[in-house]
Amino acid sequence: MSKQNSAKAVRLRNNIIVHTILAILAAIWVFPVLWVIMTSFRAEKGSYVSTFFPKAFTLDNYIKLFTDTTILNFPKMFMNTLIIAIFSCILSAFFVLSASYCLSRMRFRMRKPFMNMAMILGLFPGFMSMIAVYFILKAVGLTEGARIRLALIMCYSGGAALSFQIAKGFFDTTPFAIDEAAMIDGCTRWQTFTKITLPLSKPIVIYTVLTAFIGPWVDFIFAKVICRANADQYTVAIGLWRMLEKEYIDNWYTSFAAGAVLISIPIAALFLKLQKYYVNGMTGAVKE
Amino acid sequence: MTTISRRTRYVEGAHTCTVTEALRDGNTATKLSAVIMGYGNIVNGQIAKGLIFLATEIAYIFFMIRYGFTNLVNLVTLGSATQQEVWNEELQVYLYTQGDQSILMLLYGVATVLLTLVMFWIWRGTMKSAYTVELCKKHGKHVKSFADDIYDLFDENLYRTLMTPSMFFICALTILPLIFMILMAFTNYSKIDNHLVLFDWVGLQNFATLFDSGSVLGSTFWSVLGWTLVWAFFATFTNYFAGMVLAILINRKDTKAKGFWRFCFVISCAMPMFVSLLIMRTMLQPEGAVNVLLRTMGFLEAGESLPFFTDPTWARVTVIVINIWVGVPYTLLQLTGVLQNIPADLYEAADIDGATPVQQFFKITLPYMFYVTTPYLIATFTGNVNNFNVIYLLSGGDPVTDLGSTAGKTDLLVTWLYKLTIDKQYYNIGAVVGILTFIILAIGSLLVYRNSKSYKEEGGF
Repeated sequence: MSKQNSAKAVRLRNNIIVHTILAILAAIWVFPVLWVIMTSFRAEKGSYVSTFFPKAFTLDNYIKLFTDTTILNFPKMFMNTLIIAIFSCILSAFFVLSASYCLSRMRFRMRKPFMNMAMILGLFPGFMSMIAVYFILKAVGLTEGARIRLALIMCYSGGAALSFQIAKGFFDTTPFAIDEAAMIDGCTRWQTFTKITLPLSKPIVIYTVLTAFIGPWVDFIFAKVICRANADQYTVAIGLWRMLEKEYIDNWYTSFAAGAVLISIPIAALFLKLQKYYVNGMTGAVKE
Repeated sequence: MTTISRRTRYVEGAHTCTVTEALRDGNTATKLSAVIMGYGNIVNGQIAKGLIFLATEIAYIFFMIRYGFTNLVNLVTLGSATQQEVWNEELQVYLYTQGDQSILMLLYGVATVLLTLVMFWIWRGTMKSAYTVELCKKHGKHVKSFADDIYDLFDENLYRTLMTPSMFFICALTILPLIFMILMAFTNYSKIDNHLVLFDWVGLQNFATLFDSGSVLGSTFWSVLGWTLVWAFFATFTNYFAGMVLAILINRKDTKAKGFWRFCFVISCAMPMFVSLLIMRTMLQPEGAVNVLLRTMGFLEAGESLPFFTDPTWARVTVIVINIWVGVPYTLLQLTGVLQNIPADLYEAADIDGATPVQQFFKITLPYMFYVTTPYLIATFTGNVNNFNVIYLLSGGDPVTDLGSTAGKTDLLVTWLYKLTIDKQYYNIGAVVGILTFIILAIGSLLVYRNSKSYKEEGGF
């Protein structure tokens, strides 16, 4: 056997091994997702089944989610979550991008202190202050009725500026010379920011908006602490959580899966469409 | 022409005078501004700006007289009046008088102190502003009109415009609550001895309780801390290496259908984490899908089940393994880009020198990755110490083997903190746990961070 042939054989063997490993791993990762999708179409109720594939398929689980609103009002929760997620997305994206721009491009006395403060605050357990936040919101009357939405929007977007690191890192890699050129041409800082830097930084803008939307969209614990017993202000996350409580699980388990599929669709769509921005946003794309 | 004037203005703005200078070298009007904020600005022609300063001062003084001083006094005493029944002659019923609520007193007190600090900061600003305008006038320079100031807020002072709203929310919803919780650690605000309405300062007593390994809380603390560190270590590094190996496998030159493989892993990101965790939990119950499947396939006897969340060791391994499932797709996404940035000629040179892929991994890939991703690793480690979701939604801290203790075998400091505050209402102990978590993380990550190359280079600018 010639040397070239043996090298080819080794390469073929390696390829087979690698592809087999990848196939097994991919199966492990895809399996639960498939399982949820199949459960959402399953005709049999209850959470414990003896077969992997459902015996009969149905759309009833989805219909039940939107029609059976007496115990758990899913359409309402869906709207609540959507409103909260959209508004906090806009606000936090603005906070994050503007803070990152300032920290990257401008030099002011509070710059270093602000960055150190963000690092220190990031070390505290996130919800350690959650109970205190609840007391504060209660003191200003934001924990009753529809104002809970406002409270949640404030909670999700309020501290957003503290997670500037990724966007700042990105802005740091975009050439400063473009900014300077714009300012020599008579742009104010504000114009430079909105007309030059933001359009040039599409990956990070999209990445920021994406994460700012998904955060509130899937958050569970904050919503639970703030909403407490106000069932009509529940978000989807709390609704889904309740469906798995002992008194509901037998009737609602398959609808839980249907709800899970429904809230995953927007994320999946955003994610797949914007995957390349996600990767680029993490590493910095515009180079000089 | 406009460019030049703007340039010079930028340079002027760069010169800032200090408060001490203003108090020492300023003229009477400037010095008077220390008492009547904005006076110096008004005298020197900046009327609108001066009036805004003055209005702020009046609003603050009004607030302090009306509420502030009471709040400060209450912050020290934390109240003493209990709720009482009073017989009302006219209505012929018992009415309840409003008792003191220590929690609100503490909150308002902290808010007042914070407001005073902000006010002091504004006061410094007005002093500087007054002195600057005085200097401008003295040297015959252009005194900025109100319109100029507004213009500057969108130009060289843009950071003020953009950061102020953020800072307001950060103060109100992050810093204020944090100080509030930290102070709670020094009180007896707890269900123990019924101090939920009225409580008092107790100094370091709570810390002593927690460090006393003889007490139930003390021994729980040390075991929970130990497990938290073990968890954070494994959760961070299993994910990191698994994600890195996966990324390398997918990005190999000879791997076919790269996009497809990546898609398979990334698709699980689309499912919100709490959904996948809840599903995993239901699947791994004694009567859940996994055990049922194993039984029908004949691996387990009828009625037998694998103790995923009932045996301490099983539970601990289970949460770490499931965390790999949850976390690897994200790690894959994040590390792919970094891996692609490793200069290809390094590998080519290694190939020519006859290095095996394994050697290349340990001699090129790993050192480069550690160099670039140290901050990322630290952030992940701290994130895992504070990883509430995975533990709370997956095992809920179970199994609880020692009934006297408040924590289960998989409880992290954070989930224990949650149980202590929300379920048990031991707010003070919960706050102490939070503070200690912070201290451990702060010391650890500062040490690593300061020594990492990435910090030393970023610190340069």
